[in-house]
Amino acid sequence: MSANSVETTGDAVALAPGARVQTWKDVVFSARYGGFAALVVALLITPLFIDGLYQFDMAILVLINATVVIALNLLVGYAGQVSLGHAAFFGLGGYGTAILATQHDWPALLALAAGVGLVVLIAAVMARPILRLKGYYLAMATLGLGMIIYLILTQESWLTGGPDGMSVAPLEVFGYTVFDELVWYWVLAAILVLMYWIAVNITDSPVGRALRALHGSEVAADNSGINVNHYKSLVFVLSAGVAALMGGLYAFYSGFITPSQAGFMHSIELVVMVVLGGMASLVGAVVGALLLTLLPQYLVVFAEYEWLMYGLVLMLVMIFMPKGLVPTLHGLIRRVLG
Amino acid sequence: MGEFLQYLVTGITIGSTFALVALGFCLVYNASHVINFAQGDFVMVGGMSAVFIMAAGVPMALALLLAVGIGGLTGVLLYKGGIQPAKNADAIQLIIITVGAALFLRGVAQVLWGTGYFSMPGFTGDAPIRFLGVVMVPQSLWVIGVTVAIVVALGLFFTRTRLGKAVLATSYNSDAAKLMGIDTSVVLLVSFGLAGALGAVAGVIMTPITFTHYEMGVMLGLKGFVAAVLGGLGSFVGAVAGGLILGITEAMMAGYISSDYKDAVAFVLILLILFFMPSGLFGQRGVERV
Repeated sequence: MSANSVETTGDAVALAPGARVQTWKDVVFSARYGGFAALVVALLITPLFIDGLYQFDMAILVLINATVVIALNLLVGYAGQVSLGHAAFFGLGGYGTAILATQHDWPALLALAAGVGLVVLIAAVMARPILRLKGYYLAMATLGLGMIIYLILTQESWLTGGPDGMSVAPLEVFGYTVFDELVWYWVLAAILVLMYWIAVNITDSPVGRALRALHGSEVAADNSGINVNHYKSLVFVLSAGVAALMGGLYAFYSGFITPSQAGFMHSIELVVMVVLGGMASLVGAVVGALLLTLLPQYLVVFAEYEWLMYGLVLMLVMIFMPKGLVPTLHGLIRRVLG
Repeated sequence: MGEFLQYLVTGITIGSTFALVALGFCLVYNASHVINFAQGDFVMVGGMSAVFIMAAGVPMALALLLAVGIGGLTGVLLYKGGIQPAKNADAIQLIIITVGAALFLRGVAQVLWGTGYFSMPGFTGDAPIRFLGVVMVPQSLWVIGVTVAIVVALGLFFTRTRLGKAVLATSYNSDAAKLMGIDTSVVLLVSFGLAGALGAVAGVIMTPITFTHYEMGVMLGLKGFVAAVLGGLGSFVGAVAGGLILGITEAMMAGYISSDYKDAVAFVLILLILFFMPSGLFGQRGVERV
């Protein structure tokens, strides 16, 4: 990992609260103001342009992925800690919620909270020994943890329905059952906006500065009095908890969950969304989630060439835009504007 | 005792494939510090090519050689098309490039050969051999024998040839090697080519026992990665030892306890090792320079 995160992060260098606003461009291109406004406007007008079950389904998947990816970007993009097993937290949150709500008739929100709690507990216990590792060893350990969770979900068919997955009771809150796609859309859009706002504030806070510092150099951060292990664990648990929450909501929304939601390829997909959108860019996280959720839908027209094309797109984007889409475009536009 | 020996032979056979895949990881990692997530797919390319070249009527020995050659070529193409153009990429970008390459190879296999399972006959027949109460297919001996031969050949390559020494020198210190007049881009090309060929060899020798399938590279690649990390990433001896340890542990677990969690063995093992020995079994203790 190189130490160039700060100058390459584009909108990561957001304006600190109370800092002197320099130019209108800084405001427009900051994640706090411009990015946030763009996100809210996009979410408000999207329902005007989409129609039908299928398009709403896609929009909802984008919202779910974007929320997960923003939190994952705090871990991968800002703190520089690679996780190749994050889908397992998503899947485990989904299964925990689904099993409690469907098989044990727990109230939906309580089941969701328990599912998230379980994942937070596991992440908190595993955080220290895992985050002590660096680079590829860290990647290997998170991959290993993810695979173990995936294999348990696949093998314990009596509880999880095995490889075929299980159906999930619909989300019922205070006697009201959420079926309508539009309701789901607004609920998840609100959660995404909230997550974005929390993430902006984290990145502007002492925690965010600590994360960027330890991304640059753990030793330097440590010597500056930053409790490196504490901050790494904090953001690991946070990102795992958000993944679990969205996993639980996904289970309720789709009414069905399979182990592949916790699988290696899904973990890779999430990391690709982070990197392709732009490391340490919150707008990038949303854009990455949007493009990579929709890409396979468009590649369907290539039929059996779908995977071939998908792999090719990943390679080409990474080769020609290693910083990710949003920071690259952001840099271009700012250069044009001077 | 008979039971134990039986599981041991099974474990060494499957462990040999893991070792070959782990050696591929090692070669690429040493030359370029890239973890190649397409390493498992080289195995698939080798196995599939062999099956379909033979199906086209080519004699077996020639088909096997061609398949290994195709594997090597795939490795070279991965370097030329994916790694070399991304010169200044960080580790994570390189990971995604190799994942993209893996998906691409799976996609190509799906288009060319479909999504079925394929096998081919053993090199010297399929009649089981009995020895000391152990029943095995002759192909097991081929797998073990070929792996031993490759390990010996690689050892000679690294210690006796100029090119091998150049590869080693580059893995120790790429900048110093460059200053000593070693053309590191050739070294990289050779390393990726060898990694591809090693993967293809694993695919070719295992296909008569385990079948081949366009997605087989996923799990095999991950287990090969575990084996490489188990032995300490970058250590060739470690890669072979890691592969064998993993294969034998898996076979014992499946034999004595249950085969339900056979695939989990690798990941539990690697988590335990990393928690207690963060540089793997044979890895050097890293000293962080500031």
